[in-house]
Amino acid sequence: MARIEIKRQVQHETTAGVLEVEGQLEIRLREDESRNWTQISDDAELPEGGAVVVNLKRLAEVAEDPRFEAIGVRVAAGEDVRQIAPHLPRIRLVELEFPKFRDGRNYSSASILRQQMKYAGEIKAVGDVLADQLFFMARCGIDCLALHPSVREETARRSLDRYKFVYQQASDGRRPIWSLRNG
Amino acid sequence: MYQYDSFDQAMLDARIDEFSDQISRRLSGELTEEQFKPLRLMNGIYLQLHAYMLRIAIPYGTLNAAKLRGLAHVARTYDKGYGHFTTRTNMQMHWLKLEQAPDALRALAKVGLHTIQTSGNCIRNTTADQFAGAAADEVCDPRVWGEVIRQWSTFHPEYSFLPRKFKIAISAAPSDRAAVQWHDVGLYILKNEAGELGFRVMAGGGMGRTPLIAKTVREWLPQQHLLSYLEALLRVYNRYGRRDNAFKARIKILVHEIGIEKFQEEVEAEWQEVLKTFEDIDPREVERIARFFAPPPFETLPETDEAYEAALASDPEFARWVEQNVHAHKAPGYAIATISLKATGETPGDISADQMDAVADIAERYSFDDVRVTHEQNIVLPHVKKADLYTVYQQLKALNLATPNLGLVSDIIACPGLDYCSLANTRAIPVAMDIQKRFADIERQRDIGELKIKISGCINACGHHHAGHIGILGVDRRGEENFQITLGGSGAEDASTGKIIGPGFDYDGVVNAVETIVETYRSIREPGERFLDTYRRVGIQPFKEAVYGQN
Amino acid sequence: MPQVMTAYDVPTGDVVYWAGNGWTRDVREAAVFDDPATAEAVAVRDAAAQIVMDYYPIDVELKDGKPWPTRYREVVRASGPSVRLDLGKQAEL
Repeated sequence: MARIEIKRQVQHETTAGVLEVEGQLEIRLREDESRNWTQISDDAELPEGGAVVVNLKRLAEVAEDPRFEAIGVRVAAGEDVRQIAPHLPRIRLVELEFPKFRDGRNYSSASILRQQMKYAGEIKAVGDVLADQLFFMARCGIDCLALHPSVREETARRSLDRYKFVYQQASDGRRPIWSLRNG
Repeated sequence: MYQYDSFDQAMLDARIDEFSDQISRRLSGELTEEQFKPLRLMNGIYLQLHAYMLRIAIPYGTLNAAKLRGLAHVARTYDKGYGHFTTRTNMQMHWLKLEQAPDALRALAKVGLHTIQTSGNCIRNTTADQFAGAAADEVCDPRVWGEVIRQWSTFHPEYSFLPRKFKIAISAAPSDRAAVQWHDVGLYILKNEAGELGFRVMAGGGMGRTPLIAKTVREWLPQQHLLSYLEALLRVYNRYGRRDNAFKARIKILVHEIGIEKFQEEVEAEWQEVLKTFEDIDPREVERIARFFAPPPFETLPETDEAYEAALASDPEFARWVEQNVHAHKAPGYAIATISLKATGETPGDISADQMDAVADIAERYSFDDVRVTHEQNIVLPHVKKADLYTVYQQLKALNLATPNLGLVSDIIACPGLDYCSLANTRAIPVAMDIQKRFADIERQRDIGELKIKISGCINACGHHHAGHIGILGVDRRGEENFQITLGGSGAEDASTGKIIGPGFDYDGVVNAVETIVETYRSIREPGERFLDTYRRVGIQPFKEAVYGQN
Repeated sequence: MPQVMTAYDVPTGDVVYWAGNGWTRDVREAAVFDDPATAEAVAVRDAAAQIVMDYYPIDVELKDGKPWPTRYREVVRASGPSVRLDLGKQAEL
């Protein structure tokens, strides 16, 4: 597993409105450095450059614009992640929303991104991200997780390391137990 | 049966550690009930009317003596000395304390039992034909694939937060003993002309508020592709199942709303994508699992046995029990014996810890250490020598486990109902008991013949009333218990949904109405017709008129 | 209609009732309240402390001056399953 980087005091703007969070943990399972991303809402004016994150609706507008050094896209639960395919080479960050931890739709989005679209950039889980979902999210290919404020670092670390073996294939390439058994 | 290896045991132990940690965090206040609830549900713990309830998985309804003794130990030590078999062939214990759950789970893990994914919006226990490995009409033992599905679905990272629960059933015989078409995914194992095995995949069956029978999604799926296909099907459900309304979130609603053709297109398209990267299960692993389900070392015996025939002739009660509860076995000289857990005056589907230990001994000695659970809340000794049947019968009789009523009017399926369940509108168990008392005479029951009564205490339909030949649904009518009757449901390969006959009845009224319906059937039936056959021939009208009068 | 507050004890899952000075397992010891707001405030406090959960008020009638639930469901919760009189609180009553 790549390093875990714990950040604090992350701010987010979601499709539902602004969510300011203090003391929030962010777990990073990638080797590369995180960028400073600017969240752009649907009706906001575009900045002159930088790394911008937009909703699916505005992706086409920004994706091919050379002013921006990096493009990120936010996918709401229930949106079709395959829609980003035309712009995939330009995308460095996909934020997947989990409005309630019970809403599991974006686990499939992560799986589709990694296994079918061969996306290798950052996938970040935002929203109601609790410690007990981290293992599953990581297996699906999510490699950055902005945790709910209530989550403790210790609990998060334990959760990520909980299972030594896995029963099924997922995005992480780990061999299922049946494969280990049969050489 | 399947035995855990060190991998399986490691998974189970890791889950118990994780859940014990979550329980500590709950008891310390670090987790709120809202955060904890989905976690405890995924580990089979409900909060019920009186206490926490523990639902223990019995994969494809298969137990052995060690597991039964383990259940007995847990029932005695952590509960009130009994368990309840459900319509999904699991066992429920109704008096768990959360603070004791980690110890109870470890005791279960010692005998290879667990509570994983017996609740929650995830893939639940896969159920199967209780006669698997013994019935002459099966093409293979479906439990091999039940075990493949169990492993694949356990802690599946993508499908643990589905729109709603997901239930799979599997059968490999033309006679459907597993209510396959009432499941979210139903699998029939078939053999094609080339002698190859494959699946008919059906989807969109379910009970509850909107009873629906599953539709065929794929007529033929080569067996090696089961997991890749299920991946695709689950992904379509996970992405498109409704999340706005808990009562419309099952896959049956999705199939109903977009139509089976569109659903097939979506699954096929997704499956083509999945196949590009997903490695279907190694046939060597399937063979490895299949070895655990190889037939036991049956002796070469003549079809029948002298002592057995003599007992049949001399003991009419034994003969009655054999006629009703014993089925033909594929191996000559053997028989399949069903133990009815529907003795008059006992809670349907309940078994005491003492009975569990006794059945364990009998199974170990007389049934190759093999016991099954049925979705109709009975248990089965699948491999009993005819030569041993009389001994087995006598031992069961001493335990009050030899009621000769399999499939008869007193073999009632009932959910725990308002006596135990916080979701219930009405009691269900005492209704079952009163019906049993009304039809107490076993000869009267035999004259009536096959009649499956199923009772649910609320619309969640855990008693499977929609699949009852006579179904009874408890509703709340202005604060009073009220019972609606449906007719003509079936959980077999001729699956159908029961139809409501009219306004509901109070507690006494419903038992009277059932008797009227039964007597109406008897008065109009033709030779050889079961209740269900007569109903299908004459329709609902004669029964309506008999119960409500000509108006 | 007189009411008492009921809830579930978190560690054991036992059905409990606010008794005025803590939570009791016996509904007949429950504190009948005229002011629902006070009872609610207590329940909210103890729920936040994770002592109890799933609290709600229930209607009771007084029998020999002691509260007893009016709704059948709550009678079952207070005593035990009607089909197993040897289990639940009714066995001790």
